[in-house]
Amino acid sequence: MSNFFEKSDLSRKEAESIISDTLRKCDDGELYLENSKSESILLDDNKIKNSNYNSDLGFGFRAISDEVVAYSHSNEISKNSLKQSSENLKSTLKSAKGTYNHEIPKSNKKYYDNINPIEQKSLNEKIKILNDVNDYLRSKGDKVKQVTANFLGEQKSVEIIRCGGETLSDVRPLIRFNVSVMLEKNGRKETGVYGVGGRQSYDSYLKDENWKSVCDEALRIASVNLESKPAPAGEMKVVLGPGWPAILIHEAVGHGLEGDFNRKKTSAFHNLMGQKVASEGVTIIDDGTIDNRRGSLTIDDEGTPTEKTVLIENGILKNFMQDRLNARLMKTRSTGSGRRENYRHIVLPRMRNTMMLSGKQTQEEMIKAVDKGIFAVSFGGGQVDITSGKFVFNCTEAYEIVDGKIGSPIKGATLIGDGPSILKEVSMVGNDMMMDPGIGTCGKAGQGVPVGVAQPSILIDKMTVGGTKL
Amino acid sequence: MVKDQEFLEKKASYCLGLAKKLGATDSSVVVKNSVSETVNFRNSKLDESNRSDDLGISITTYIGKKKSSISSSNLLSDNLNILIEKCVETTKNTPEDEFNSLPDKDLLAKEVRDLDLYDDSHIANDQKIDYLKKLEAAASNDKKIVNTESSFTQNKSNFVLANSEGFCDGYKTSSFTASSVTVAKNEKSMERDYEYSSKCFLKDLDDAEKLGNLAANQTIRKLNPKKIGSEKIAIIFDKRIAKGILSTFASAISSSAISRGTSFLKDQINQKIFSDKINVFDKPDMLKGLGSRNFDTEGVKTDTLKLVDEGILKHYLIDTYNGKKLNLKSNGRCGGTSNLYFENGNTSFKDLLNSDSKSLFITETIGHGSNIVTGDYSVGATGFLVENGEFKYPINEITIAGNFKDMFQNITLANDLEFKYPTNSPTMLIEGMVVAGK
Repeated sequence: MSNFFEKSDLSRKEAESIISDTLRKCDDGELYLENSKSESILLDDNKIKNSNYNSDLGFGFRAISDEVVAYSHSNEISKNSLKQSSENLKSTLKSAKGTYNHEIPKSNKKYYDNINPIEQKSLNEKIKILNDVNDYLRSKGDKVKQVTANFLGEQKSVEIIRCGGETLSDVRPLIRFNVSVMLEKNGRKETGVYGVGGRQSYDSYLKDENWKSVCDEALRIASVNLESKPAPAGEMKVVLGPGWPAILIHEAVGHGLEGDFNRKKTSAFHNLMGQKVASEGVTIIDDGTIDNRRGSLTIDDEGTPTEKTVLIENGILKNFMQDRLNARLMKTRSTGSGRRENYRHIVLPRMRNTMMLSGKQTQEEMIKAVDKGIFAVSFGGGQVDITSGKFVFNCTEAYEIVDGKIGSPIKGATLIGDGPSILKEVSMVGNDMMMDPGIGTCGKAGQGVPVGVAQPSILIDKMTVGGTKL
Repeated sequence: MVKDQEFLEKKASYCLGLAKKLGATDSSVVVKNSVSETVNFRNSKLDESNRSDDLGISITTYIGKKKSSISSSNLLSDNLNILIEKCVETTKNTPEDEFNSLPDKDLLAKEVRDLDLYDDSHIANDQKIDYLKKLEAAASNDKKIVNTESSFTQNKSNFVLANSEGFCDGYKTSSFTASSVTVAKNEKSMERDYEYSSKCFLKDLDDAEKLGNLAANQTIRKLNPKKIGSEKIAIIFDKRIAKGILSTFASAISSSAISRGTSFLKDQINQKIFSDKINVFDKPDMLKGLGSRNFDTEGVKTDTLKLVDEGILKHYLIDTYNGKKLNLKSNGRCGGTSNLYFENGNTSFKDLLNSDSKSLFITETIGHGSNIVTGDYSVGATGFLVENGEFKYPINEITIAGNFKDMFQNITLANDLEFKYPTNSPTMLIEGMVVAGK
C-alpha cells in the first residue's frame, strides 16, 4: 500500500484536520488519494516500438452541499496544495449548512489480490512474448502484412479519507494483452483484433503459450473478413453471439440506468421504474463482485463496497446504478457504482460488469428461426445518446443468415436501435452465457474506466443494420 | 498560476543532464503545466466547480538506436531520479530500431513567433457564473426545454520541450470555453443537443445569449423525429460533422499508417483522391488559431502545407521516425495536424441544400464507424430530411454508410467555412451514400 504522506510536509493528522474542517458543514465529500504505476510495451511492424512507464500521483478533494459539487485536484501532496484546494471548495460552498453523512457500509471481501503485475514479469520476458507473437503470426503465410501486439499493466493504490478521519483503501491490479493482425489478399486488406485481460498477473492469462490462442483468434477474425461481402442495409432479425456482443446491453440499457441521468430526468428510462422494459426471461445485472474481472472492484471510488445490482428482472426495471450523491438526492442507497478514471475527475455512477443472464434456448434454435438476417459474433465498440435512447455498436465479425442457415461473412457495419424498446424485441435468450475476454473500456463525460460485459446468445426480432447493400 | 518558463526549463535541463550522466546518448523531455477552472450550471443553478492543476513530465532516452520513455506527475527530484534511472535501464534492455533518433538538427524550429495564443486575462468564478446565468436564461426560455447544463472553463497552460541537441523552447497558451447542452421534451419524444464556443482570447468568446439560444433551437427542432426507409441518397453534413471526415482523412495520411501499410490512402501520393475542386490546408501559423503551433511535439518547425491541391494528394503528415522509414523528411507533423481545413467551395449553403430534390442533412453521428484500413464508413446518424431546399422533418435511428474512397470523389463544399475548432470544414454534400432505416 502507498504511504501518501511519507515524502510530504503534510502529516496524515494535518490532512485529516483540513478535511474535517472543510467538510464539516457539507453533506458529503472526501479526500481521494491515488498512486498509480503503469506500463505499456508495444510491438509493431516487426519492432519493439515503444516501452513506456508512467507513475502518477495526486489527490482530488471533493465537497458536496445539496446538489452542488466542488472539486479541486493537484499532483502535489503538500500542506500548501491541500490548503489551497480547501479554500477553493469553501469559496464555492460558502453557504453550506448540511449535516455530513458518515454512514458508509463495510465489507471484508476482496475480489483480487494485492499484486503489482508490472513487477511480476521482467521486461525481457515481455519483449520475448511480443517477438514470439510476431514470429508466430508471420509464420502463418505471406498474406500476414502487419502485426501489432502490446502489454498494458497497472497497479493503482487508492485511499479515501472522509470527514472525521475514516479511511478506506484499495490496491487494484489490471492488465491487458492485445493482438492485432492485418491480412492482405488480392489487394484487399482486413484486420482482426483480439485480447485478454483482468485484475491478475500477466501469467494468469498467458502461461503455457496461451498467447497463441489470442493470436489465432485475431487471425481467424481477419481471415473471415477477407472473404466478407458488403453488409445489407435495413431492418432485419439479428442473432448476437455470447460474450463480447453484450456491448449491446451496455449501450442500449446500461448507460440509461445510471443514477445521474435518471435524477436529472434526462435518461429515456427515468420514468420507467417498475415497468416492463424487456421481454420476459430477460434479466440484467451489474456486478462488481466477480473475482479478478476487469470491471470488478473491492470498493468503489467513494469507498462503498461493490455489489451485484439487479437492474432488470424478468423484463421489469428494478434498480438504477448509484453513487452516493445521486443516491442521496433520489433517497436511495449507493450501489457501489461511484467511479472515476483517476484523481483528476469527479465521481460518476458507472457500470462494472454488466451481464444478461442465461435463458433456455440454444443458438441453433435462434439461427433456424431467422429467414433473413445477420449473425453478429464480434464487436468493436458502441455509443449511446441516453436522452433519445438511440444506440449503435460496430460489428467486426458478422455473417448473413439465409433460410435458417449461416451464410457468407459480411463487412463490418454499424447496428442502430432504440434502448428502451430493443429488449422487448428479444424473442429468445440462449443458455450459453459467457463473459467478454476482459478488454473493455467505457467512456463517459471524458472519463474512461475498465468494465466487463457478459451475455448468452440472443435473438432480436428487429434491428437496423447499417450496411451498403440495399 | 501556471508555472513560468524558468521553472519548466530548470526541470527539463535537470532531466537531460541526469539522463546523460546515467548513460543516455540522447534524450528529450517535455514538462507541462496546465491550470483549469470550470464552473457548471444545471437548470440555472450552480452544479459544480472544479479546479485542476496538472504538472507532468515525459522523458525519452536513447542509447544509440535503443529507445524508451517514462512519464510522471510527480516532479520531486527523488522521484525523477528513480524514474530516469529506470528509463535508462529499460532503454538498455530494449531491442534496437534503426529508425529511432531525435529529429535532424537542421529541421528543428529556429525562431519562435508570437502567434497570439495566450490571453493573460483571468475570469473569476463569479464572472463565469454571470455568463452562465445569462446563457442558461436564454437556453431555458422555451417551455419545451426541460433540462439545461452549461459549463465555462478557463485553461492556462505552459510547456517546455527540450532535447540533447540543444533545442529548448516552449510557450504559454490559453483557452476559454463555454458550452450548453439542452434537453427538449414533448409527449412523443425527448431530444438533446448542444452548442459550444472555444477561443484563445476571452473577448472573442461567443455571446452567452447567442450560445444559449442556438443550443435550445437546435434541440427543439429535433423533437418528433421519424425513421425513414433504406435508400441511396445525397447526404449533407453539418460543419460540426463534416470536420470529422477531414480528421479521418488526416489519420489515413499519417506517416505511421502509411509506413505500416494500414491506410486506404497508401501509395496515393500525387494521385487524385478528391474531386477537382477540393483543396486541403494545414496552417500552423494562424494568429489565435485553436490548433496553432510553432513546432511539433519533437521540436521540428512546421510550415503551412497544402495537403490536397485540386483533388490531388500532395503530402503525408510526417514525423521523424516514420519519415526515416519512408525515406522522407519530417514536415513537423508529429502529434498530428494544426489548423486543418477544407478551402471554401463556391456554392452557398442554400444552393447546396437545393442540389438534390431530396437529401438528408446530418447534425450528429454516433459510433466509431470509420475504418482507415479499408476506408469503410458506417455510423448511426440524426438529422433532417431536406426536400427542395427546405427542412421537412427530423429523422433518427438510421445509419449512413459508404467507403471514403468513393465519398472523397463525390464531395461538394459550401462557402461557409469558419474557424470554430482546430479542424474545420464548410458544409459538405456527398452524393451516393446509403441510408439504412426501416
